[in-house]
Amino acid sequence: MAATTIESLSALLPRERFMARPEQLTAYESDGLTAFRAKPLAVAIPETTDEVVQLVRFCHREKLPFVARGSGTSLSGGSLPVQEGIVIALNRLNRILRLDPHERIAVVQAGVVNSQVTAAAAQHGLHYAPDPSSQTICTIGGNVAFNSGGAHCLKYGMTSNHVLGLKAVLATGELVDWGGSSRENVGPDWCGLFTGNEGLFGVALQITLQLLPRPEQYHTVLAGYRTLEAAGEAVSAVVASGLLPGAIEIMDALALEAAKAAVHAEYPAGCEAILIVELEGPRETVTIEREQLDAILAASNPVEMRAAKDAEERLAIWKGRKCAFSAVGRLSPDFIVQDGVVPRQRLGEALRRINEMSREANIRCANVFHAGDGNLHPLILFDGREAGALQRAEALAGKILRMCIEMGGSITGEHGIGVEKRDYLAEMFDNDEIDCMKRLRAAFDPLEISNPGKMFPGGRAPSLQQHGLHPLEEAGLISRE
Amino acid sequence: MSASATATLAPTSLAELTEAVRASDRVLAVGRQTKPALSTVEALKLSTLALSKITEYDPNEFTFSALAGTPLKDLIAALAERGQYLPFDPLLVDAGATIGGTVAAGLSGPGRFRFGGIRDFILGVRFVDGLGRLLRMGGKVVKNAAGFDVPKFLVGSMGRFGVIGEVSFKVFPRPPCSLTLKLKPNGIAEAAAMMSELARSRYEPDAIDLLPGKNELCVRLAGPAAALKDIAAQIVNKWPGETLSLANEFALWSGLREFTWADAAGSLIKIPITLAVLASFHEKLERIDGARAHISAAGNLAFVSLPALTPTAKLDGVLTELGLTGMTLRGSSPALIGKGSNTDIAKRVKTALDPNGKFPSLEGC
Repeated sequence: MAATTIESLSALLPRERFMARPEQLTAYESDGLTAFRAKPLAVAIPETTDEVVQLVRFCHREKLPFVARGSGTSLSGGSLPVQEGIVIALNRLNRILRLDPHERIAVVQAGVVNSQVTAAAAQHGLHYAPDPSSQTICTIGGNVAFNSGGAHCLKYGMTSNHVLGLKAVLATGELVDWGGSSRENVGPDWCGLFTGNEGLFGVALQITLQLLPRPEQYHTVLAGYRTLEAAGEAVSAVVASGLLPGAIEIMDALALEAAKAAVHAEYPAGCEAILIVELEGPRETVTIEREQLDAILAASNPVEMRAAKDAEERLAIWKGRKCAFSAVGRLSPDFIVQDGVVPRQRLGEALRRINEMSREANIRCANVFHAGDGNLHPLILFDGREAGALQRAEALAGKILRMCIEMGGSITGEHGIGVEKRDYLAEMFDNDEIDCMKRLRAAFDPLEISNPGKMFPGGRAPSLQQHGLHPLEEAGLISRE
Repeated sequence: MSASATATLAPTSLAELTEAVRASDRVLAVGRQTKPALSTVEALKLSTLALSKITEYDPNEFTFSALAGTPLKDLIAALAERGQYLPFDPLLVDAGATIGGTVAAGLSGPGRFRFGGIRDFILGVRFVDGLGRLLRMGGKVVKNAAGFDVPKFLVGSMGRFGVIGEVSFKVFPRPPCSLTLKLKPNGIAEAAAMMSELARSRYEPDAIDLLPGKNELCVRLAGPAAALKDIAAQIVNKWPGETLSLANEFALWSGLREFTWADAAGSLIKIPITLAVLASFHEKLERIDGARAHISAAGNLAFVSLPALTPTAKLDGVLTELGLTGMTLRGSSPALIGKGSNTDIAKRVKTALDPNGKFPSLEGC
């Protein structure tokens, strides 16, 4: 790309919001998938939606690739820059434009942080349901691009289920305005198609989110089991009971070890797995359902079972769970977080096979998963300083993804395909299906300038590798899930 | 009307469905045609009625897959046998509506208030695109983020982008009991205020619906019986009302589901709305001869009935004025009325999925 292009681009923004010196670009080289990095030509930091539109229109005119980015917490390399393009950093579009308790909606700019929506809604007794583990730092724009999940997806769905309206600039520079404040829609569901586009269609600028009443009461139980199978059977019993818990989570022994070391969480001794089940709702309902849940769990032969007595104990249980991934950094200098999905009933079988594969490959693997929806998060531990270690870890990750496809599941539950899993898309979808997706992509981005190299197999290879925890992860600011 | 407008083929397998799309120049899938206005367009009709089968149902996974022509009635019965349900209250069940037609029309009922609409429960789809290819998009598991979310896009797409052959859905365990209260707001402003307050209350109601014609606000609660009784007592303590008997409760919700309140010979239109416009919407409707409305999902969804003799142009004008769009289910007005959204991207996506224009366009109907 000619230097003159970057120079004319720089004229669109004040100097302090346009960075092109190598030392300024370093912070943007990587995202939550720390194994890869690439240095962009420049980083633009717009403060208004109009500036974003001007930047995208410039890129379209000049055929200049761009990667829109929020806080860069993608675990699939979704916001990895391209060397021949620019990064459009959206963090300064961070205003909640409207919060309407009567309509139970929030209209936010793309750079608003996930947990800030709930913080703002709390005064009205409302909350924003999707809660990825990085919720204190990840942005709504990124959540929309990758259809992020969290621990409550079985009951509440993913990001897409909470997006009512979208204003976006497409890769062609066109502005679109879909949906609105109503929870209903007529005609094709454009917000549904756009959410989860992995940045391949364009950039979301303003998003209308639905808010839900904050549950009045919780009942959070932690139960320890001698074996993973026993924990899996307890999940089946809960699911078969007719209860609809807000969250059902399992952590295995290695993940527990990490969480214990990191946050001094206390777990029952001698357990291969712990299960967390949470009920929520009006106090009258929870009072009745908790007895039912406690009886089911008591009958599932736990080593120990404890219910959170108050909000503080509940938060402690969740803290141990949500920090599990970054805590694994204490066990290993590097790790890959996987995100496969299997039918819930085959979780036990999936875990057995993951353990076998990990033994065969002689690679340690910790497991944390959203048991309610069959979403596995194997953490594959490796040391990037050893020659070939990353490749061996990736090979194991690939075997796990193939197992998920073979079991009728998915290669991604909530992290997206990104750079990381693009070679596996073709194992889940056939050529015609991928062709159909490419035709859709071309309708939105005929020049393939918006987040190029993501989702589709055979994209350009990312460049350098990086070693160790993400700096923000090390500081305890973000966690992977 | 030419011969092709009335001709119907009824494929008996997905392979035959695919072949039928390949062999025709202009086709539109239809089910039981309980929303007839959506298919009053000149095209060979591909009936899905011979594609009626639950292809997979695993209660422990909370998921099922079914061919497009499967009647909702069969699905609901199969789910009920295992204590499960489609929480969005699909409509026109007794009328014979199919799951494929319900997806294509994007229709949800009162239950969409609590856990979301049909778009929030669809997981995957197999459909034939305009190139005559049978494609699988989305997945069969309750959580999946691989590839573009074409299943959601097809919700409400009225068969204009592809022919739906099979769908996969998430389901939920059916709450053990339900209880319905009928409250008496004094006018539309008070009804709106009550809906707003109930919708964000700690009670987590299952449905909040304002009945047509009168000032009657129905609140359905769902959960364990003892809890519902306590919650109901608190609600009627605040807003006077009555608890419906089981028989009346059943009659109320099945009447709304089947549109027994609407003019059978007239027009029926679905309109997404908001509480903010509810009062002016109502006021303007009152000036249209014989117009009646059922307001559902706590003021997010309106179904409007017009007598056969009342021209829909008046309603079209009201919607345009308020910036709303409606979808005609029955009657002679175009499929979409009110505020239009004819964007270039919509045309390009149509071309991407249907390059030769095998399926009618949304505009030309």
